[in-house]
Amino acid sequence: MKPLTPVSPGARVALGITFFVVFVAVWAVATLGGFVSKTFLADPLTMVKSGVTLITQMGFAADIGMTVWRVLGGFLIATALALPLGVAMGAYKPVEAFFEPFVSFARYLPASAFIPLLILWVGIGEAQKLSVIFIGSFFQLVLMIAVIVGNTRRDLVEAAYTLGVSDRSLIRRVLIPGAAPEIAETLRMVLGWAWTYVIVAELIGASSGIGHMITDSQALLATDQIIFGIIVIGLIGLGSDLLFKVLNRRLFPWAALGR
Amino acid sequence: MTEPVLRIQGVERRFSSASGDTLALQATDLEVVENDFITILGPSGCGKSTLLRIVAGLDQPTAGQVLLDGQKVAGPGADRGMVFQSYTLFPWLNVLDNVCFGLRERGMPRAQQIEVAQGFIAQVGLNGFERHYPKQLSGGMQQRTALARALANNPRILLMDEPFGALDHQTRELMQELLLGLWERQAKTVLFVTHDIDEAVFMASRVVVMSARPGRIKLSRPVDLPHPRHYSVKTTPAFSALKGELTEAVRAEVMAAAAAST
Repeated sequence: MKPLTPVSPGARVALGITFFVVFVAVWAVATLGGFVSKTFLADPLTMVKSGVTLITQMGFAADIGMTVWRVLGGFLIATALALPLGVAMGAYKPVEAFFEPFVSFARYLPASAFIPLLILWVGIGEAQKLSVIFIGSFFQLVLMIAVIVGNTRRDLVEAAYTLGVSDRSLIRRVLIPGAAPEIAETLRMVLGWAWTYVIVAELIGASSGIGHMITDSQALLATDQIIFGIIVIGLIGLGSDLLFKVLNRRLFPWAALGR
Repeated sequence: MTEPVLRIQGVERRFSSASGDTLALQATDLEVVENDFITILGPSGCGKSTLLRIVAGLDQPTAGQVLLDGQKVAGPGADRGMVFQSYTLFPWLNVLDNVCFGLRERGMPRAQQIEVAQGFIAQVGLNGFERHYPKQLSGGMQQRTALARALANNPRILLMDEPFGALDHQTRELMQELLLGLWERQAKTVLFVTHDIDEAVFMASRVVVMSARPGRIKLSRPVDLPHPRHYSVKTTPAFSALKGELTEAVRAEVMAAAAAST
């Protein structure tokens, strides 16, 4: 292997799948071979079986739907507010100077630590779940969007000015379109984090959702169900990630050219 | 005597830093009349790009002023089109939309934008590349698009900051012929910064040589080689004589700059 030499697309997919296979194989050998006690770790077959039972008989599909809804809801609210603020901070330095220190501080506040407070403030309903995701993603998004917009190539800005743009059109016609692909990339990444927040939110004070199912299974020591829940989250995360990637490539063909 | 298009009056630029002030450009005067093609020649760091950026309105002089048709320049504007050394096409727009950029800003109807843009795209020889994105173009093609984009705005003066500096030698010569041809046909006014003496003499109606830092205009030399100029003019005795004279002038400044930096 030579450093930095690209791998062919076929080989890339094959290698990626191989690791999944190896992973499951090791797991199967460890559990089915009797090396690990069933109490601690269920084997893959039991896991799949109880997954089927969960979905067909225990209404787990509704839990999944609920969790997806919460993630998307919280994430969309965070995005809708973070975009204008982030762009304003990136474009106007006084706005950035005003908000940046606070946002930098706020983004280190762990979203999960707000759960007790949020329960107090908004109860244990949907508002609490959405708030956790909002807190977890909003500040990160604002900061990253501001940096991306602020990093717009200065020579492009100058070129636009010599072509006669006004300050307002500069934002609309240069800063935003130039930053769009990177912002989309950031959204993809932060959506991944939102998934971890939602489960934490659901572990405490929820009556539905994947996280709720996991806490229920904990009481029954049903490791097969817990693992199934975790894997479902992973698969949905992988799915949304792929979707985002395809969408970005479609929306911004120019950014992918020549890469 | 016609009223000059551009009048640079006592323009000076100082850069302040913690270690003290640097005078990049000494009080400079220059007049550019209609249909002039002036090339500004000088060693690197002599402030020639600074002067051009001040004319463009992208930098502010610490003293003096720039007048365009008698009006004081306060900031960048569409009346002074610029082509930069770096590739500054908007990567998210294809060739056609890049050329339309300034026209759209003015609120021109789309159909008319396309008509105007197509004309300039044809003039720089990029027919058939309208839908290409900048990343799909060679450096020479990108700069031709940038030229079309600046010309489409119909500026009073075209400012060019070593626009062919990043191109290979052969491409650069083709670009020089292209630009000179455009200028001969369209009677544009051009202010062109370069450190390439061949380039400066070949295209110019007047070559201005700047001194080593702090920059000032040391020599202003009309070039009376006949038009239309063919690339073969570069091998004529008249061209060689001019080139020799300017080489001497620039060389003295390069030596001065080297001595100052040691």
